[in-house]
Amino acid sequence: MTLNVNVKQLGLFAGVLLALPLTSVAYELSGYSAVEGQYFLHDSPFSEPENTVLSAVFAPEFYTQWDEGNQSLLISPYFRLDSEDSERTHLDLHEFIWQKSTDDWELKVGVGKVFWGVTESQHLVDIINQTDLVENSDTEDKLGQPMINLSLFNEWGTVELFILPYFRERTFPGKDGRLRSQFVVDTDHAQYESSAEQGHLDAAVRWSHSLGDWDIGLSHFYGTSREPIFEFNPVNFKLTPYYEIIHQTGLDIQMTTESWLWKLEMIRRHSDSDTFTALTGGFEYTFYDVAESGIDVGLIAEYLFDDRDNALLTPFENDLMIGSRLAWNDEQSTELLFGIIQDLDTDDRMWSVEASRRLGYRWKASLEARIFSVDRDNSALYSIRDDDYIQLEFARYF
Amino acid sequence: MRNITTLLLLTALTTPFNLAWAETAEEKGLAIAVEADNRDKGWQDSRAEMRMTLRNKQGKESVRVIRVANLEMDGDGDKGITIFDEPRDIKGTAFLTFSHSLVPDEQWLYLPALKRVKRIASKNKSGPFMGSEFAFEDISSFEIPKYSYRYLKDEVVNGEESFVIEAIPQYKHSGYTRIEMWIDKAEYRTQKMDFYDRKNSLLKTNIFSDYQQYLDQYWRAHKMTMENHQTGKSTVLDWSNFEFRTGLTEKDFEKNDLKRQR
Repeated sequence: MTLNVNVKQLGLFAGVLLALPLTSVAYELSGYSAVEGQYFLHDSPFSEPENTVLSAVFAPEFYTQWDEGNQSLLISPYFRLDSEDSERTHLDLHEFIWQKSTDDWELKVGVGKVFWGVTESQHLVDIINQTDLVENSDTEDKLGQPMINLSLFNEWGTVELFILPYFRERTFPGKDGRLRSQFVVDTDHAQYESSAEQGHLDAAVRWSHSLGDWDIGLSHFYGTSREPIFEFNPVNFKLTPYYEIIHQTGLDIQMTTESWLWKLEMIRRHSDSDTFTALTGGFEYTFYDVAESGIDVGLIAEYLFDDRDNALLTPFENDLMIGSRLAWNDEQSTELLFGIIQDLDTDDRMWSVEASRRLGYRWKASLEARIFSVDRDNSALYSIRDDDYIQLEFARYF
Repeated sequence: MRNITTLLLLTALTTPFNLAWAETAEEKGLAIAVEADNRDKGWQDSRAEMRMTLRNKQGKESVRVIRVANLEMDGDGDKGITIFDEPRDIKGTAFLTFSHSLVPDEQWLYLPALKRVKRIASKNKSGPFMGSEFAFEDISSFEIPKYSYRYLKDEVVNGEESFVIEAIPQYKHSGYTRIEMWIDKAEYRTQKMDFYDRKNSLLKTNIFSDYQQYLDQYWRAHKMTMENHQTGKSTVLDWSNFEFRTGLTEKDFEKNDLKRQR
């Protein structure tokens, strides 16, 4: 089991706790616990992983506010216990953040989560939080990030400044985990370009604004890349992750009209080893209340581009995502998102279905299925070619 | 929108003097709507809590707990934030709406699990709000230019002597051909609304009750019962803890504020 909470973080939390007021305040406890079953349709090409994986999640959230709601503290730990993969069994502190808000600015100190971006198929611009890859291969789950974040609200847009004093390593499935690489990632011996290693002071700035139909964001990040490159270690037959120092500029734009959302995300990343551009662009068109049924049907198409030559670094060099989002708008909030990402240069294809429905008042069932159709052995997806799966989760909210 | 409203006001004010004997049903309908609107001007900002009970044909119930904050805008539609407390799986989900009379509303949705603020398309007027019998257009702010009006008759409803007027949506993508509204003569409060679907059949009835007056002027119904005649389902909104002039400003109705709502 990996304990991702370290001493520096704890020091930060202690500081936050001392700042808590002694006057009476309202506390609120919420969150969920869940059980999840995954069934993999094929045997793994590697000897260790099983086809059936069971796991349980506990994710409470503690919240309190004072100073007429202008200050708050949010604590949300996250724990998953996995029947197979000891790397997937993990505890993380998603949030432990104090916040002070005024009309003109907002300050956050602690461990937090931030999302930037607009597209659906991948999230290029979103860089503050590290990806928790053992949670889900879709890279949408994130680890808590220690930060000092000052946001300034102006007539001409919002400016967010981030100081990120501690780096979180990406999680990777272990030898018993599905969706792993051929040689597992040696997460205990990560290498860094910076001699400060995880203590490198990363920083980011973002400007965002809404102008009529347009929502625009422009950001720059300097610091430790959230995405490692790998070096094969012939001694232990593992991949050593190497985290470079990067500069990354990101742009995200959405234009919203009555039924159309037009979206673009673009990044340019510079490091010692590479300089590249990547983008995701496309649209979502929604037919609302189809035939007065209350059901909304959205059509999504996005083009994914990455000019890195090495196909092993990204599966999305020249790909098209086509999908559909269905929302029943019923009492149970039934939803379904379906998508295919097709590589335009090869026959590689990824199918994905995500659906959810509330059961009763406190339960929610979520279904997820992915199929990887991989045709070439130099693909970034080659090691997961036999990892097609169906996953069912039941969560109880409190 | 101020100019349009001013024009409508002038029409409403001058008409009785010049054309007292020739007032058409359209003019009378508009005058009633304008009077009702004027009586509800100047509340500035408000907060309230709402319990929404969905009931299906078999009588099975399910509940949503919601908080709302609204800001009255001079010459434009109101701004509003809606926050969900229950069911728990959508706790913290919040909507920000800048409503407008005839141009499309601007709307953002905050998804707390992803920490993601999404700008959402505004075409959705007729779709159900949270699985209820209330459509998005039923809960958006009332603005005079959104409808054309016609006075139909006088009738007693909920024990109140009322005007019955017909309102025809002038905005795009409405699910209704027309709405009949019962507005009481004493205080110009909406007592009842009948909604007619795109085929002009009676679809829903909304009954307003438990009115209370705030700041010696503003009447708020504490109960709204929407019954769908075609499906047999109904939704009851129970409002509580109304507060007015709480000091909210436009700065409390920005995209950034969505993330702060608890």
